[in-house]
Amino acid sequence: MPFFHKHLLGIQDLSKKDILTILETAESMEGISTRDVKKVPVLRGKTIINLFLEPSTRTSSSFELAAKRLSADIINFNRQASSVLKGESLRDTVENLEAMYADAIIIRHTAAGAPHYVSTFCRSHIINAGDGAHEHPTQALLDAYTIKQKKKKFEGLKVVIVGDILHSRVARSNILCLHKLGTHIILSGPPALVPESLEKFKVEVNYDMDRAVEDADVIMMLRIQKERQQKNSYPSIREYRFLYSLTEKKLKKAKKKVIIMHPGPVNKGVELTSDLASSDRSVILKQVENGVSVRMAVLYLLLGGKEREATD
Amino acid sequence: MKLLIKNGRVIDPASGKDEILDILIDKGKIIDLKPLIKDDNAHTLDVPGRVVAPGFIDMHVHLREPGQEYKETIRTGTQAAARGGFTSIACMPNTSPVNDSRGVTEFILNEASKKAPVNVFPIAAVTRGLQGEEITDMVDLIDAGAIAFSDDGQPVSNSQIMRRAMEYAKISRSLIIDHCEDKELSADGVMHEGHYSNILGLNGIPSPSEEVMIARDILLAEYLEARIHIAHISTKRSVSLVKAAKKRKIRITAEVTPHHILLTDKNLQTYDTNFKMKPPLRGEKDKKAILAAVLDGTIDAFATDHAPHTPDEKEVEFDYAPFGIIGLETAVPLLLDKLVNPGLISLQRFVEMMSLNPATILGLKNKGRIDIGTDADLTVLNLSASYTIDSSNFFSKSRNTPFNGWAVKGIPEITIVSGKIVHKVKI
Amino acid sequence: MDVKIKARIMDAKKIKRVFQRITTEIIERNRNLNQLVIVGIRTRGVHIARRIQKLIKNLEDEDVPLGILDATLYRDDFSDLNKQHIIKKTEIGFDISDKDILLVDDVIFTGRTIRAAMDSLFDLGRPRSIQLLVFIDRGHRELPIQADYTGKFLPTSRRENVKVRLKELDNIDEVLITEPIEIQ
Repeated sequence: MPFFHKHLLGIQDLSKKDILTILETAESMEGISTRDVKKVPVLRGKTIINLFLEPSTRTSSSFELAAKRLSADIINFNRQASSVLKGESLRDTVENLEAMYADAIIIRHTAAGAPHYVSTFCRSHIINAGDGAHEHPTQALLDAYTIKQKKKKFEGLKVVIVGDILHSRVARSNILCLHKLGTHIILSGPPALVPESLEKFKVEVNYDMDRAVEDADVIMMLRIQKERQQKNSYPSIREYRFLYSLTEKKLKKAKKKVIIMHPGPVNKGVELTSDLASSDRSVILKQVENGVSVRMAVLYLLLGGKEREATD
Repeated sequence: MKLLIKNGRVIDPASGKDEILDILIDKGKIIDLKPLIKDDNAHTLDVPGRVVAPGFIDMHVHLREPGQEYKETIRTGTQAAARGGFTSIACMPNTSPVNDSRGVTEFILNEASKKAPVNVFPIAAVTRGLQGEEITDMVDLIDAGAIAFSDDGQPVSNSQIMRRAMEYAKISRSLIIDHCEDKELSADGVMHEGHYSNILGLNGIPSPSEEVMIARDILLAEYLEARIHIAHISTKRSVSLVKAAKKRKIRITAEVTPHHILLTDKNLQTYDTNFKMKPPLRGEKDKKAILAAVLDGTIDAFATDHAPHTPDEKEVEFDYAPFGIIGLETAVPLLLDKLVNPGLISLQRFVEMMSLNPATILGLKNKGRIDIGTDADLTVLNLSASYTIDSSNFFSKSRNTPFNGWAVKGIPEITIVSGKIVHKVKI
Repeated sequence: MDVKIKARIMDAKKIKRVFQRITTEIIERNRNLNQLVIVGIRTRGVHIARRIQKLIKNLEDEDVPLGILDATLYRDDFSDLNKQHIIKKTEIGFDISDKDILLVDDVIFTGRTIRAAMDSLFDLGRPRSIQLLVFIDRGHRELPIQADYTGKFLPTSRRENVKVRLKELDNIDEVLITEPIEIQ
C-alpha cells in the first residue's frame, strides 16, 4: 500500500490503511536495529532537522537514532540553541533552517498547531513530534505497534486510557489512532481533565476507574503533567493517587493478560506503582524500543524516494 | 454647493419609508425629500437602482491611535470605515494612553476633525487605565466629547465597581458598553470550549464566561434601573438572558458582530489566527440562536469590533497570537451577501440595525434617519454588484480578516458624510 | 498504465528445463555444497531460489539454507520507480560470514537491484563469495555486473518489459514480453 502524505502532522489526517502501512514498514525496520551494522543507506544524503522547542530527551533521541539508522544527516536544535530566546519568530527560525537545504523538519513545540502553521509556508516535510496538547502522532503509532505486537489484533480490544486526557497530546493521538483501528476506548480521570464532551470522539468516559478497567486488554496510564495543570483540576496528588493510580488491586479487574502502557517518563507512585511499572505486564520499555522502528518507518515513508519521483 | 441625490430607493426604518425619492442636501443637512426634485444649482448624483440608507454607524471600533499607530491610525481606520459604508464610528478607549481623561478624548476628536472622513465618537474608559479599580471622571469626559463608557477587552470584574459605574453613568445620562467576560473562567483559553477545542488541543473559553457576567450586569441594571449595552454577544444562553431581561423591561440593548453570525468554532481547524478573537467563534447552535435574535429584535445592532493587528503579530503560533480581527471593510458586503440578498433578514431590518438603532443607543440626535432636517450622512448600497474581498487592498493598515478571498454580492457603493461624498466605488 | 503482451517466450516446460540446467551448473561449480547458502531477492527471486533449493536437494540430497532479502533500503534509483516501494522484511536466519552466497533474482536489467542487494549483504556479514543467478537477462546494464548463471538472454528494447510469471504467485509458469499501450 503506497503512502502519499507530504507531512505527518497528526493521526487525524491518516486513514486506517496509512496506519497499517506504517506499522508494517516498522516491522521491516525492526531487524536493522538488532544486527551488528545498525544502518541502511536509504536516506543517505538527506538532511533532517530535529527542532525541539520544548524540552524532550526520549522523543528527540529516538528520532535522531531513527534518522541515523537510515543514514540521514540530522542536526539537533533546541530552544537554547535556536534564536527563539532572542525573540526570533517561528517562521524566521524555520525559514533560516530551510535555507540550509533541509529535507525534513521534525518539530516539537509547546503551542498546539505549530507544525500545521509551519507546513503552510515550508517546502520541507514536516513531522509533528508533539505540539502542545494537540497531537503526538509517532507516540500513538508506536503504541499501536506495541499493542499489535502483544495482542496480534485491534478489533474488539478494550483499551482504557487514564489520566489527564484533556491536556495530553498522547491521549488525543491514541484515541484517534485506536478508534480508526477498531478498538473500544474508555477514558478515566478527574472530570476537569476528562470532560464529558470527549465522548464526541466516540469513546466511553467513566470517572470510576475500578469500573473503567474491568476486562481491559490494555491500560494506558498518562503522565500527570504538572506544568500544564490549572489550579484545582484535582485537589492534591494524594487525592489523585487515591482515585486514579493503577494498583495491583485495580489491575485484578482487568483481563489476566492485560498489558500496562505509559508514554514515559513515569511519575512512579503517582500514575502507577514502581512494582507494576517493572512487572511482566508492563510494556513500557518495549514502547521505547519500538519508538525507533516506528520513527524509521515514518521517515522512510515520507522521505524515501518520493521527492525525485514527483519531479519526473 | 448643494447635493441632489436622484432616483435612489430610500430606506428609512424610523418612518418605514421604502420608496424612490430624491434627496436635496445643503450645508450638511437634508433640506428636501420628495420625488422629482429639481435644482439647477445643485451637484447631481444619479443613483437609479441603488438603495439609499441613513449613514451606517459602527459602534465598536478600535482605532489604535494614540499609541499603536503601527496597527491603525485615526486616518486609516476612518478611511476604512468610509470605504466600508460607515459614516460614523465609535472608538474604544484601549489605546495607549488609555482614553480615561479629557486630554485623550480631545486629542482623538481633534485628530479626527483634521484627518477623518467620517464622524468619530470616542468611548471613554469606565475605570482609570482599564484597571477595574477606580471609575473615571465621567461627567468631565462627556463634556469633552465622549459618548459612552467601556472597559472593552478588560471587563469590570469587581461587581461593586460595576455598580458604581452604572450609577454614575445614569446621572451623567450616558451608557456603559459591557464587554462581558469572567476572566477566571476564560483563564488561558484561546477558542470556544467544545468538541473543536478538544480536537485541536487548544484551551477553551467556556460559554459561561460570557453568560455569568451578562447575568450579573442584568441584575445590577435592574436593581439600579440603569441602562446597559452588551457588546459582541456570542452565545445562545446570552441571547436568552437578554431576551428575558427585555421582557422584564430592563433597559438593555445588545450588538453582534458579522463574524459571530457567519462563522463557528469549526472554522478554526487550520489554526489560522485570523479566526482568533474574543469572544471566540462559538458553536453552530449559538450561531443559529444569534440569527434568530437578530430577527426577533433581541439583538439591536450590528457592530464590527474592528481590531487591527499587524501580520507580524498574527503570523505566529495560535496560542501566541493576539485576539481580534478587522471588520470595517467587510461587514456591509458580508451581511448583504449572506443575510440580506438570500432573504434571511429584510433590508429594512438590516438598515435599522446598521443606522437607526446604533444612533438611538448612543444618543446621536439627527443621525440614523433620513428626513428633512437630519444630518446628511448617507450610505448608498448596490445590491447586485459583486466582488471578491482582497485584504491586500484594504485601506486599513492591518490585514487580519478571516474573510479574505470570499466572493460577495452587495456592496456599499457611495458613502456621504455631511453632504460630502467621502467614498465612491467605480463600477 | 495498460500493457499489451508482445510475445510469449517460455512456457512451463521450457522453464523447468532451464532450472534443471542451472542447478547442474551450480552443483558442478560448488564442490562444497555445505558452504553454500541461497538468498532470494524479493519477490520472484525468492520463489526461484526455492525451486533451486529443492532441485539441489533432489539431486544431491543436500539441505542448502535459504534466506530472503529486500534490498529496497539500499536502492539508489527511487526516481525510476513509478510508485513508492513498500519495504518487506529481510529474513536471513543464518550467519552469512564465510559462506558462498548464491544470490537469486528473476530478471537482471540495469544491475542496480543486484548492487543494492550486495551492499545489503555486506552489512549483514562478510561472505566468502557471492555468485549471481538470474533467470532472464534482458540487457541494458548500467553497472559492471554479470550473472554467473543465466537462464536466458533476452534482448529487449527499453520500452519493453519482461514479465516472469510463476505458479506460486501467478498460477502459471511463463515468460512474457510486454509493451505499454500508448493512450492517444
